[in-house]
Amino acid sequence: MPEKLFKVNKEEYILPGNRACSGCGLSLAYRYILKALRENTILTLPASCLTVLHGLYPITSVGIPCLNCTFASTAASASGIVAGLAAMNRTDTTVVAIAGDGGTFDIGIQALSGAAERGTDFIFVCYDNEGYMNTGTQRSSATPAGALTTTTPVLTKQQNKKDMMKIMEGHDIPYLATCSPSYPIDLYDKFVKAKRIKGTRYLQVATPCPPGWVFPPKDTVKIGRLAVETGIVVLYEIENGKFRFTGRSKTLAEKGTRAPVIQFIERQGRFRKMSMEQLGKFQRVVDGKWNEYLRRAET
Amino acid sequence: MSNVQIMTGNSAAAWGARLAKVQVVSAYPITPSTSVTETIANWVERGELKAEYVRVESEHSVMTVCVSASTVGARVFTSTSSHGLLYMHEQLHWAAGSRLPIVLCCINRGVGAPWSIFNDQQDSIAQRDTGWIQIYCRDNQEIIDSVIQAYRIAEEVYCPVMVCYDGFVLSHTMMPVDIPDAEEVCRFLPPYKPHTLLCAEEPRNINPVIFPWQRRDAEGVLRDGYMDMRWKLQHALEGSAAVIARTSRDFAERFGRDHGGLLWGYRTEDAELFIAAMGSIATEATTAADLLREQGVRAGVVGVRVYRPFPREEVRQAFRSAPAIIVFEKDISYGYEGALAADIKAALYGTGIAAPIHNFIAGLGGRDVKAHELAEAVRASLAAMAQGTRERQTWLNCVTE
Repeated sequence: MPEKLFKVNKEEYILPGNRACSGCGLSLAYRYILKALRENTILTLPASCLTVLHGLYPITSVGIPCLNCTFASTAASASGIVAGLAAMNRTDTTVVAIAGDGGTFDIGIQALSGAAERGTDFIFVCYDNEGYMNTGTQRSSATPAGALTTTTPVLTKQQNKKDMMKIMEGHDIPYLATCSPSYPIDLYDKFVKAKRIKGTRYLQVATPCPPGWVFPPKDTVKIGRLAVETGIVVLYEIENGKFRFTGRSKTLAEKGTRAPVIQFIERQGRFRKMSMEQLGKFQRVVDGKWNEYLRRAET
Repeated sequence: MSNVQIMTGNSAAAWGARLAKVQVVSAYPITPSTSVTETIANWVERGELKAEYVRVESEHSVMTVCVSASTVGARVFTSTSSHGLLYMHEQLHWAAGSRLPIVLCCINRGVGAPWSIFNDQQDSIAQRDTGWIQIYCRDNQEIIDSVIQAYRIAEEVYCPVMVCYDGFVLSHTMMPVDIPDAEEVCRFLPPYKPHTLLCAEEPRNINPVIFPWQRRDAEGVLRDGYMDMRWKLQHALEGSAAVIARTSRDFAERFGRDHGGLLWGYRTEDAELFIAAMGSIATEATTAADLLREQGVRAGVVGVRVYRPFPREEVRQAFRSAPAIIVFEKDISYGYEGALAADIKAALYGTGIAAPIHNFIAGLGGRDVKAHELAEAVRASLAAMAQGTRERQTWLNCVTE
């Protein structure tokens, strides 16, 4: 889709020399997220990989204003910005909170749920690298079963990944979407759309992490694609309650084909202790969710 | 023209925020602070106060909202008590570290476990080292006046201010309160000017990771490291003492009420015995001093109004001729002594003031403290001092066996 690339905002908001790891899935996604959000945006972010990417005082690699906040407080921080701007009669600015899966699924869930329930006019972005990667790959509730982390170092994580999209959908918000940096146009379009919508918008970006997932940095895009090809990551959006497959996932749903999850699993060192039983269970979980999405897409 | 109304301490606090024309209020319910923000919610919904009111899901989020709303340029207010304040602890540090002029009313209440909804000052004393200015009020008039003063102090020194007053003893007790004239308050309190504004037009990364050492910015200018910024906060807190005193004097000139700046005294001129205390127990101590004087003991009271910055010089001045000092307080630094007694002793170090100092821990978790009990305690202490007991810690009205 080269013709679609021409419509992407040419401006760059992440400058060269940022401190992301090589092959960082987040940095690929973030570049397109900021291109879609453009100027007149205020960001807030908690302690996370992205804090590191943003750089060390007094230099920053990001050209969009940003307020750093504490780990548990991301969505509340956005709420304060929204309220403050309203008090200053500046309601045209897009307020965006960005947190990792730890800052969203775990420690940030209370503030996020509160902000969503209040219908706070902001975009919450979760970049999901399936663990506490900034602190060196500890288990989060977004880590899939069967993955090694430094806090599940021998037995692997025993529990399935939390379905955060379902939790957020329960808040009756106008827009939710999933994205992947391996499909930048799909990601870009969703953020452009999200920027136009009022109310709480939740976007979850599946960002492969070479050091945490244990794969070579050159394979980030490939791993991101395999996640979608296998149906582990499903690209979709839910607008005013209406579910819709998008991008590559839409094609896969129409064709009725998906690659087996082993193709995603076998390329990552974090799954090297995954048992056959865990693998079988993982495939069944992915199949179950995929079928759920198919049913939703039909109705 | 005076406008005196009978109101609770919580109403007085809400009125203070209203007169300061706060623009963003965020709150979470907790006894005994709740009616402050209920009152404000009522005014906001009726259109009597033009403010954004953010009803968040926790106190942690309350202080977060205050921090970010203040960063985009709004004057913000909140109130809380006890566990609410403790739950904010991380954000209290963040607010002070961000140098934001947030004003919070702490309606003092005991801390669990086990649960107590009743008054003591353990909650705010436990936040002593967060970088907030702490003012302790004696009565409801001082609450309304202190909230207004707090904004002027905070916005001048860029430090947050905690206005503390005792739960139920003041929060739910009605007293006559003179409500200052709104236009006069506007003249006393200039609009808030942020030191660093978060706005869409100017890309900046506020509160990023900072190294221990200084680093050069893109223009080659050497910028603060972490420790340099911490020194600036300490310097600002220490410097705020003069601002607090001046603000109190300016307020007195304009509104005719002087709450004493950092410290106040009661019948201290000829006193042979000085009682020191903070908040409503200090008010109670003035009655005790009167009782003692009737009984022939020349007692005086030094009320510590501002606990942080600690008024070191004023304390030294107040106690320079004190033959004996007795500190009553509603907090305890476990494993040591009452926080106020410890700080007073530290302030007197090296001054040559050699008065015996007895420390009474009183009224924890709402245990009643009556003026005649304070007077009895003072007499017992004086007797012990006469026997040569220079230091003593006593838990008043408490089973200690």
